[in-house]
Amino acid sequence: MKTVSSLLDQEWYERYKRISKLNIRSSIYDVTNQCNLRCKGCFFFSSDEHKVAAEEMDVKKWEAFIEREKERGVNLAILIGGEPTLHLDRVEAFYKRLPTFCATNGLIKIPRDRFPDMMLGISLWGDEEDEKILRGKDTFSISSKNYEGDPNVYYLYTLTPKQIGKIERIIRKISGVGLKVHMQLLSNDEGVDGFNWKPEQLNALRVEMDKMLDKYPDTVISSKYYHKIITTGKMFERTFGWNECPSVTQPLDKRNPRPKRLIEFIRWASDLKTMHRCCTSETRDCSICKDGAAHMSWVMVNKREHIRTSKDIQNWIEVYEMFAKLYQFIPW
Amino acid sequence: MSIESSVDEIILRVAQIMIQELKLEDVTPETFDPEIDLIDEVGIDSMDLATVALVLQDEYAIRIDEDDYPKLSNIRFISEYVDNKLKDRS
Repeated sequence: MKTVSSLLDQEWYERYKRISKLNIRSSIYDVTNQCNLRCKGCFFFSSDEHKVAAEEMDVKKWEAFIEREKERGVNLAILIGGEPTLHLDRVEAFYKRLPTFCATNGLIKIPRDRFPDMMLGISLWGDEEDEKILRGKDTFSISSKNYEGDPNVYYLYTLTPKQIGKIERIIRKISGVGLKVHMQLLSNDEGVDGFNWKPEQLNALRVEMDKMLDKYPDTVISSKYYHKIITTGKMFERTFGWNECPSVTQPLDKRNPRPKRLIEFIRWASDLKTMHRCCTSETRDCSICKDGAAHMSWVMVNKREHIRTSKDIQNWIEVYEMFAKLYQFIPW
Repeated sequence: MSIESSVDEIILRVAQIMIQELKLEDVTPETFDPEIDLIDEVGIDSMDLATVALVLQDEYAIRIDEDDYPKLSNIRFISEYVDNKLKDRS
């Protein structure tokens, strides 16, 4: 039987042991159905998920719900929406009770005296031109001023087909304001013209993503294996899709055979009762889903599949470390 | 049956379940080192452990608390845990 230590030298083995017992149990929470942007391709609005449940308005009920989530074993609350910063009382209810990550468009500056070390991921969709087409404004010019130099903030830079050959300028801009960046890919849920991926574009994108990681290792939080997985949708001989995705809400998961999956994962709507199917929208075609966290998790839950060669388990370690950094389980 | 032989029997059965449920290759119940660290060396995660725990719960009619998973870091510890539960029951 192949063992982890037989495949790794001491340094890699220490890295493995640093993460092997983290036992991350995340769930995702729609903090609100409202947003101060209406982006073309936002899975939440394009699938009408903002209409499926009426928001719970009583913060005391949010607090009690979060306590129950904690008892359920959740040790990472991922806040999305809508725009979570429109309801800081709800965000604070999470932050005071659980390790909390907040996804935001960065247009509202959260008060750091209330949330001193909460990790924020600021969404950025392509460059200024893409942002104007897809989101109606250049959000970077605002979010970068709000969060310049903040050690607990990074950009979630959504790459679009139009970004090929242009990524470096954006990485430099982000580096220039003292922030880090993690790259993911647009899924184009609303089929905006010119924003669908072609296979040759994904190949070119992977090369460029690798280059950025080599050139800006202190700014780019990523791994080349993640680039391969997310651009090809392949892990060993397997193809990402509904039958493989690990980020399906557990009580709604009737798949048989059941794939390796996130334990106890639920994506909750803002009424605190309704569950969504998965970490993105129910209407998304899973075969073309490019969700970054789902692909990362796909690798993470398939650890033993990677105990094949030294390179395979090193790839797994790098993806797990990337996730653990992005959600503050280990330092940058 | 002595207590020692009982634990040894459980060790073999736990190893067998683990190999079967987790589709482990190149190992038999007899060659599976009961002291090998399941997380740090075999690469088992909490979902794997939950899978094995479910089978053990059914087979031995015991309850394995999820809070106890961190203690179950090798096959010997799992077997002793099962053995203790059986003794508590009787």
